[in-house]
Amino acid sequence: MLEIKNLHASVEGKEILKGIDLTVNIGEVHAIMGPNGSGKSTLANILAGKPEYSVTEGEVMYEGKDLLAMKPEIRAREGVFLAFQYPVELPGVNNTTFLRTALNESRKYHSQPEVGAGAFLSLLKKKMHLVEMPDTLLSRSVNEGFSGGEKKRNEILQMAVLEPRLAILDETDSGLDIDALRIVANGVNKLKSRDNATIVVTHYQRLLNYIVPDYVHVLYDGRIVKSGGKDLALELEERGYEWVKQEEIAK
Amino acid sequence: MDTSQIKNWYLDLFKDFEKHLNGEKSSPVHKVRRNAIETFADLDFPNLHQEDWRFTDISPILKHTFSRARREGSRLPAADQLSPFLFGGMPEHRIVFVDGFYSPELSSVLELPKGTVVGSLANALKQENDTAVENISRSLNPGASAFTALNTAFAQDGAFIHLPKNAVVEQPVHILFLVTSKDNLIVQPRNLVITGANSRVNIVEHYASLTDTVYFTNTITEYIVGENSNIDVANIQSEHESAYHVASTVATLAAGANFVSHGVLLGASIYRHDVNVILTGEGGSTNLEGLYLTRGEQLSDTHTMIDHAAPRCTSQEHFKGILDGKSRGVFNGKILVRKGAQQTNSYQENRNIILSNEAKVDTKPQLEIFADDVKCSHGATVGQLSEESLFYLRARGIGVEQARLMLIYAFANDVLKGIKEDEVRSELAGILSSRFLENVS
Ligand SMILES: Nc1ncnc2c1ncn2[C@@H]1O[C@H](COP(=O)(O)OP(=O)(O)OP(=O)(O)O)[C@@H](O)[C@H]1O
Ligand SMILES: [Mg+2]
Repeated sequence: MLEIKNLHASVEGKEILKGIDLTVNIGEVHAIMGPNGSGKSTLANILAGKPEYSVTEGEVMYEGKDLLAMKPEIRAREGVFLAFQYPVELPGVNNTTFLRTALNESRKYHSQPEVGAGAFLSLLKKKMHLVEMPDTLLSRSVNEGFSGGEKKRNEILQMAVLEPRLAILDETDSGLDIDALRIVANGVNKLKSRDNATIVVTHYQRLLNYIVPDYVHVLYDGRIVKSGGKDLALELEERGYEWVKQEEIAK
Repeated sequence: MDTSQIKNWYLDLFKDFEKHLNGEKSSPVHKVRRNAIETFADLDFPNLHQEDWRFTDISPILKHTFSRARREGSRLPAADQLSPFLFGGMPEHRIVFVDGFYSPELSSVLELPKGTVVGSLANALKQENDTAVENISRSLNPGASAFTALNTAFAQDGAFIHLPKNAVVEQPVHILFLVTSKDNLIVQPRNLVITGANSRVNIVEHYASLTDTVYFTNTITEYIVGENSNIDVANIQSEHESAYHVASTVATLAAGANFVSHGVLLGASIYRHDVNVILTGEGGSTNLEGLYLTRGEQLSDTHTMIDHAAPRCTSQEHFKGILDGKSRGVFNGKILVRKGAQQTNSYQENRNIILSNEAKVDTKPQLEIFADDVKCSHGATVGQLSEESLFYLRARGIGVEQARLMLIYAFANDVLKGIKEDEVRSELAGILSSRFLENVS
């Protein structure tokens, strides 16, 4: 589904990704861990098409197509979804209108009929149930004045509505209380299927108890320096990144 | 032509105007006009050296020799030509002015509370309506600028609205000014709105055109807002983009009165609006909102002046600009809190979004506070559409044009949502979206 080959990227002339190789197959869950500033969000943003990053080398194929050649909105309509680490606030943009517009843009792209306001509302109700989101957040402006946890839940609600093929969750767990973490993780699990794939970026092994990964990768200074099964997360929790760093130096 | 020649042009126009007045020359209003033309003769047109006109170069207006609009000269538009300006035919008291003159054929007023007058100033003056005669130009200094003097000298027609005390006018009063002539006209509406105690009226003050020749609207509206009465105005300026529009609004509020204005300002190549609100009685309140949209080489200048002359009054100002092309925006908000005006509460905000590299805004708050127990705050920003926000929308599958539109909308909607009439609001929202969608390539 996703094939990243030797990806190098920089921002403002500074190289951040220094040759990433990663293959994600349909139905898989991959976790990416790594110290602050190692490039996890950069990778996620590049996959979503954030303009300020420039790819200097390498390629990304998504379902056999050149992902990097697509505009961000096309990637989204093709099924790539990034739950942002820091979702922006959009004062004056109604949350419901926003969600409906997003869904319909995607449906139009796939030559499907648009969803009317009434039908959308009942769909939305179901999806909200999934992330146990209160109604009151719908009539508000997107993320405006939302608490940290509410913003994260809103990201997952968007994901639930858009039903992406490839979901990238950038630290969706940080800022969530224990109950919210369980709710959000449950939501993600329910959305998971044999037809889609998930990349979760996280600092905490705890999340991976809920969303069980098939693979865990350690991103360190712009490279994936170690990959393993779900036990790697436990090992990292115990031994810290210092251990990986030493191994890397030894190589 | 230099400016002294153009001044003589207008002085000659006045002579011609007087010649056609016949018996009206002996009316009390004509004294007001004569005083004003004398004031005009002594004044210079505003120029860039004057503080209040620093950013607004009106010299293009002075390059034209506009002719005087005449009642006889104006051609009435057909009913279907009028329909684009009628907000989907919402129920309203409609008074239409063609080239500045009241058109009874195109106007229609619904049932009104007893004693309420909604009609033309010319008729009110002809009928020697005491309220009209006594109040015209009462709250206004004709020497405020050459434009004010000029309008006052030619004051002849415009809307006249008078509510006796306790009158409540349910449907909005739609004052539509249409310029239709192919001649290069100067059109000078003069409006007078007076509300008695505890009365209430909503007004749509609407400027538009059916011509693409260069014309000049020089308009003045006086609002005399009685005790505890309420006036809510939607001020829609959608003149032709080659026209000039200079406007003055003066609202004088008695105790407990409330004056609200929502401006949506999209037309004219040079637009200048002076809004003066004078809070003369305790507990008065005013809320001025405005949205100016400019593109091409348009210039849009709003100067507000709120005079807190009595204690416990509230004023709020909320102006927003969206500027494209090589256009220019000016906002100057002056707040004067006089010595006795304790417990004044005043807030002013001006925010601008610039969509191009060449558009520019000059924004300036001006606070003069002579009382000690007051709450005054103000803020101004000039920025671009947030790249961060655009990306967020695009990352959800929303195309870049639509994403831009959504953000522009969100920014503008603040002002639009205050407009009382649903039909007016949705019409304006439509104009907004067609304008910004067609702009994107
Ligand atoms: N727009 C930008 N401008 C300048 N530097 C940037 C930009 N985006 C990222 N960086 C830099 O790139 C490096 C990697 O940042 P990134 O956000 O990808 O890290 P991360 O692994 O997600 O860290 P964290 O765990 O703290 O979220 C950091 O040094 C960061 O400061
Ligand atoms: Mg990050």
